Amino acid sequence: MAVALDASPGVEIDGLTFAHDRTRHQLLDVSLAIEAGQVCCLLGPNGTGKTTLLRCVLGLLKAQRGTVRIAGEDVGALSARRLARTVAYVPQTMTTAFPFTALDIAVMGRTPHVAMIATPSEADRRHAADVLDRLGIGHLAGRAFSSLSGGERQLALFARALVQEAPVLILDEPTAALDYGNAMRILHLVRDLARGGRTIVMSTHQPDHAFACGDRAALLQGGRVTAHGPPVQVLTDEHLTELYGVAIHVVQTEVRDADGRQMHACLAVDDDRRTDEPAPAHTSAPRDR
Amino acid sequence: MTVDTGRASARRLRGDGRWAPAWMSAVLAVVVVASFAVGRYWVPPGTVLEILGGQVLPIGGGVQRTMETVVTEVRLPRIAGAVLIGAALAAAGASYQSMFRNPLVSPAILGVSAGAGFGAALAILLKLPWAAVQLLAFAFGLLAAGASVLIGRTLGRGSLVVLVLGGLVVSALFQALISTTQYLANPDDTLPAITFWLMGGLGRIRLDDLLVPGAIIALCLLALYLLRWPINVLAAGEDEAWTLGVDRRLVWSVVICAATLMTTSAVSLAGIIGWVGLIVPHAARFIVGPSFDRLLPAAILLGAGFLLVVDDIARSATTMEIPLGILTALIGAPCFIVLLAKARGQWQ
Repeated sequence: MAVALDASPGVEIDGLTFAHDRTRHQLLDVSLAIEAGQVCCLLGPNGTGKTTLLRCVLGLLKAQRGTVRIAGEDVGALSARRLARTVAYVPQTMTTAFPFTALDIAVMGRTPHVAMIATPSEADRRHAADVLDRLGIGHLAGRAFSSLSGGERQLALFARALVQEAPVLILDEPTAALDYGNAMRILHLVRDLARGGRTIVMSTHQPDHAFACGDRAALLQGGRVTAHGPPVQVLTDEHLTELYGVAIHVVQTEVRDADGRQMHACLAVDDDRRTDEPAPAHTSAPRDR
Repeated sequence: MTVDTGRASARRLRGDGRWAPAWMSAVLAVVVVASFAVGRYWVPPGTVLEILGGQVLPIGGGVQRTMETVVTEVRLPRIAGAVLIGAALAAAGASYQSMFRNPLVSPAILGVSAGAGFGAALAILLKLPWAAVQLLAFAFGLLAAGASVLIGRTLGRGSLVVLVLGGLVVSALFQALISTTQYLANPDDTLPAITFWLMGGLGRIRLDDLLVPGAIIALCLLALYLLRWPINVLAAGEDEAWTLGVDRRLVWSVVICAATLMTTSAVSLAGIIGWVGLIVPHAARFIVGPSFDRLLPAAILLGAGFLLVVDDIARSATTMEIPLGILTALIGAPCFIVLLAKARGQWQ
């Protein structure tokens, strides 16, 4: 799946402040630096500003203060076309009013590379069909997008983003509507894409997903970044318990990932059992080490 | 693409839709010739071709003078008008439906028809000449659309929903003004004239009338055709269009301007003809799929053919001319239901 890209720019978010109205800030002085080729997972409770932050990075919202720079260029100053060649977006889901096929949707990824008064070529359509094939949904190319299942739609939207060939990918809760197997397939895809050189920013409600594919995790609470760094350092019992308001216990398992690192998992536990109770036999909490 | 699902959408994928413009053009050509032939005075199709050919080539001297007059002076303006207006209304409807991402939108959405209707009714009430009726219809059609856009801009900050609501308000306002002119009109002369105009018809069109609206409509169709792909991307999703590099403000501006100018030109020529701009885009979408780059040519060709057939019926079915707007509604409503039933699987 790895696609070689010439340049893979990093994303620098600096002092970003956004408010829909003057009484409440959705984002307050958010600063984050995501290096090229990394996966950064945004975590935080509902309504904490994850989607707002992603929309600012995409240029869909204009922040009152602060800047978003991609490869050193201010997102707010780029045209839609330039921006679309740099950043691709996979929305949580999409509804279409018309019976566009999965292939129709994927081909739209070519838009920033096609002259405004032209249409994508046959080669573009073949390329889009190839990407659908590589994602394992080639047989759905002619099906109406609206008739696909949640997982299939997510893959079709991924295909569109890959066809776009932008070095930065923004994913808004890419696994929210998916069953366990499909969610894991998407996470593996995300990891492979990052290895292929893409910079990826994704929001998620699952700390486990940040362990599974994140190089960085950023915790967002009340519109502020409260912690940022490698998942193993950021996603601790204290941080997660504080973030979600329920007792959470992080365990390190004996299971190793493809890179040979021990995998971590989160468990939500009852309050009174939480304090330093020994973990199950084959696991141990990271703080014991 | 290893498995073919065998659905209508898969048929499109194999490229059947690619031939749609060709066969639709052929059908339109046949309908055009047939339209010259039919009517109270029958002209054989061979003679029609001879007469039309004779206009550009030095052939066919032996044709009856009456037949030539019927073809070139009576039927040609109506046929040209029907083709032009049918194409304009269908293209405007297809563009609006794609832009608003709503298959139930018609070219009248921004109050153009009601505004133009009031302009025409006012001119008729004041007993102004026919050219002034067309001019006032055009001016008030643009005024109505302008007011809707202004409401959308100031109150909705670019929201499409507020724009539609603006159109609703403006339509209602001009409908009330139309009623006022009808209330004030003389039941012996101006009232029937207003009523007949509002029901639509091509009976009064002369070839000269078509020049300016024809040029406007051609330019608007060209603008829409040039932006066919960005409009297509916008039809799939508004935020998505931006992240795919489409400047939605620019596309909105072009679509609104083009569709408004085309609709207003059409209405000022032939009065209010409903349903064409709603049903033809659906039929076109059913045949070639929702991609605007294929939908626009198909809608233009089908719209021209549809209105031409309806106008043939309007002028030849009975000894009296039937108003076009009544026929398009009588034919359009059942067709719409058939299309809905056939396409049930596609709209979900």
